[in-house]
Amino acid sequence: MSEAVAEKNYLNDPKGWKSWVFTLDHKRIGILYLASITAAFFLGGVFAVLIRLELLNPGQDLMGPDTYNQIFTLHGAVMIFLFIIPSIPAALGNFFLPLLIGAKDVAFPRLNLASYYIYVFGSMFAVYSIFTGAVDTGWTFYTPYSTETQTSVIPMTLGAFILGFSSIFTGLNFIVTIHKMRIPGMTWYKLPLFVWALYATAIIQVVATPVLGITLLLLIFERVFSVGIFNPDMGGDPVLFQHFFWFYSHPAVYIMILPGMGIISELIATFSHKKIFGYKAIAFSSLGIAFISFLVWGHHMFVSGQSELAAMIFSFLTFLVGIPSGIKVFNWITTLYKGQIHFDTPMLYALSFLFLFTIGGLTGIFLGALATDVHLHDTYFVVAHFHYVMMGGTVMAFLGGLHYWWPKMFGKMYNHFWSVIAMILVFVGFNVTFFSQFILGSQGMPRRYYNYLDQFQPLHAFSTIGSWILGAGFIIMAIYLIHSLFKGRKASDNPWGGLTFEWATGSPPPHHNFKVTPKMTHGPYDYDKVLVEQTDY
Amino acid sequence: MDDTTGSLFMPFGGSTIAGDVDTVFNFILYTSTIIFALVVFGIIFFSIRYRRRGKLALTPDISHNTKLEIVWTVIPTILVVIVFFMGFNAYLKMSVVPKDAMEIKVTGQKWFWSFEYPEAGATTVNELVVPIDKPVKLLMSSQDVIHSFFVPGFRIKQDVIPNRYTMIWFQATKIGEYDLFCAEYCGTKHSEMIGKVKVVSEREFENWLEESSMSGEGMSLSDFGAKLYISKACNTCHSIDGSAGNGPTFKGIFGKQVTFDDGSQAMVDENYIRKSILNPQTNIVAGYQNIMPTFQGLLKEREVDALIAYIKTLE
Ligand code: HEC
Ligand SMILES: [Cu+2]
Ligand SMILES: [Cu+2]
Repeated sequence: MSEAVAEKNYLNDPKGWKSWVFTLDHKRIGILYLASITAAFFLGGVFAVLIRLELLNPGQDLMGPDTYNQIFTLHGAVMIFLFIIPSIPAALGNFFLPLLIGAKDVAFPRLNLASYYIYVFGSMFAVYSIFTGAVDTGWTFYTPYSTETQTSVIPMTLGAFILGFSSIFTGLNFIVTIHKMRIPGMTWYKLPLFVWALYATAIIQVVATPVLGITLLLLIFERVFSVGIFNPDMGGDPVLFQHFFWFYSHPAVYIMILPGMGIISELIATFSHKKIFGYKAIAFSSLGIAFISFLVWGHHMFVSGQSELAAMIFSFLTFLVGIPSGIKVFNWITTLYKGQIHFDTPMLYALSFLFLFTIGGLTGIFLGALATDVHLHDTYFVVAHFHYVMMGGTVMAFLGGLHYWWPKMFGKMYNHFWSVIAMILVFVGFNVTFFSQFILGSQGMPRRYYNYLDQFQPLHAFSTIGSWILGAGFIIMAIYLIHSLFKGRKASDNPWGGLTFEWATGSPPPHHNFKVTPKMTHGPYDYDKVLVEQTDY
Repeated sequence: MDDTTGSLFMPFGGSTIAGDVDTVFNFILYTSTIIFALVVFGIIFFSIRYRRRGKLALTPDISHNTKLEIVWTVIPTILVVIVFFMGFNAYLKMSVVPKDAMEIKVTGQKWFWSFEYPEAGATTVNELVVPIDKPVKLLMSSQDVIHSFFVPGFRIKQDVIPNRYTMIWFQATKIGEYDLFCAEYCGTKHSEMIGKVKVVSEREFENWLEESSMSGEGMSLSDFGAKLYISKACNTCHSIDGSAGNGPTFKGIFGKQVTFDDGSQAMVDENYIRKSILNPQTNIVAGYQNIMPTFQGLLKEREVDALIAYIKTLE
């Protein structure tokens, strides 16, 4: 390729490392986040592979029980606090929210940079705890175990506490940005659905995260000063911690999945070249989910000794929160109807999302129903269920978004063939790893077990093999993505023929996002009025 | 046991409640399989039917269909309300303890279960023996962190919490052995905190109860000790063949010098062993952690004697 004078874009203008480290450009901050969460995902993934390797056979394979307990805790904590919560909003959201609403940046660029460095600072505590004896409490830090264990609980909880601020800052920034920075003519109902999803997510981030912060602080107080809030010997209540913890952590589940749902709306519309079906239903179901998600935390405690009445109410509300998610799935599928569907890699991820997320949602019904939850609680069934939602849902959506916007972010196209191979490996590997765990769980295999009875071995071995397939998929993905940065074909401005604003600027976009301020000439999904050829493939 | 195979998803159900739970499980399984099949069919059918062929063209504006939207809101809502009631009903049945239930006291501690039959005065460790066809109520509490009492074959689970009683009941319907797990993460040996529930006939149960409440009469003291070494779960941490475990081996310790973690020393004699069993926290053997549970209140005088006698024989 002949590159005479490289065009100016946000990647090469301005130059120098300082321009990156102190950047206020939401795109660069998005890229910094992207690099960081990718590192976190890699770290969490290594832990996951080690867990599965240890579980290949009963008894000791490569590590002792204490090491195992630390590794599964780290896997959970890293994946949740360092990867999945910031993944879509802070990386892809940061980069694309202003572009999608035609703005030059987010409302508070300095706050945005601060949120990134707070994220780095919090992560350092988490990493520090890994080297100082690690934690072995599980990512849920249940008391009284977490107040008694000798491992370094404090650095990890402090890390999660600090990370919370990063999340709150991002949320605040997005709320104001969405309210104030839309270009003229972009009314609320003309917002791309990814923006709606980020909005609903931001509300939960701002409202719920402080509760986690307080809870973790109390835990630290308890460890350092033995104040006795959770300590039964001093009249405290260990179950109270669970209430506090889940009051944040259930809504946090939606911090993780809602942005993913937003991406799926974009992908399905673009690749079927069809106006999204039920725009308002999808938008409002995000808000509905955000609201009800605050009222269901007790479904994590059906066997913790809470009253039958409380259990009944929480069970009922849990079913209610399922309905809006179901509605979204039906809307997406109906969008395909009479579309012109093109199966590029991002779309393949969107379709696997539909497949896997549906399984994740339906298996949630088993856990929401009281009688079956008593049996399934704290077994591998739960492990499988939340991996179908978090990985089959959020991670698939994230990968879909990453492949969708990669050419926009870096101006380079990745190898089509290898991206499909990797996608198939990830899909197959995921199902092999986790579907087997549904059966393990309902057969009675408890979670967080270092060792297990012989009858569970075949399924455990099967699951471990799945983790290797999954790992292979991710390695291939890493290779072709990195390769594309250096050797990739130059991407056009609008490779997929999308109608949202990010496609109306250069790939990669210039420093101030748009050379000419975009105009609201059509809605984000007006594929019935506007025709833009797909320029790739 | 004759036919005790479970289904693909569920292990064999050996309690009165298991049938109810499985009914709810299967109802959800079948309806969600149908819904899933419809979803997948929709995705695949549309994907094939409406795949892009030839040149890109405008697509129709289909963004609403009130009837359709009502249908896919109302039908799932009805279904989940049904599921909710089914689940709640079976749960109520689990929660309401029959009046005539036999009571057994359960203690969870790192990392074993102990069971106390208050009327007979018998205690066991990691093995709960119950008669068939009789409601059994478990009154549970923990000595340390939270544990959870889980018997998959009975479809029951309940957290066991320090400083508070939690309750659970069941009625076994089939003679045999069932796995018992700790389902709430509790540290190093969480996955070893497992045991058995042994369901026996009424007659066998009476005999067993009589035998285990006896104080080792008609048995030499050291033979009784050997039995206790297993039934009180000393063997989970202490070996008798010199091999290393969570605790020091019993082989040849009697009469030896031990060194504690503070550097002081003591000679292993009867009093030392007694103190080690009843107040293990007072001295910690060098190289080991302070994880031995106290057996204060769990062992009778004669049982302590028997254990000491037994340890003396291990040379
Ligand atoms: C959960 C594991 C565990 C169980 C169960 C357990 N012990 Fe121990 N025991 C230990 C550990 C660890 C030590 C060494 C640390 C200490 O001194 O507390 C120990 C120390 C001892 C000692 C002192 C040994 C020496 O070398 O000085 C005796 C005697 C003893 N245990 C007896 C028993 C008896 C009898 C039982 C059963 C009724 C039992 N233990 C059950 C873990 C256990
Ligand atoms: Cu929840
Ligand atoms: Cu446990």
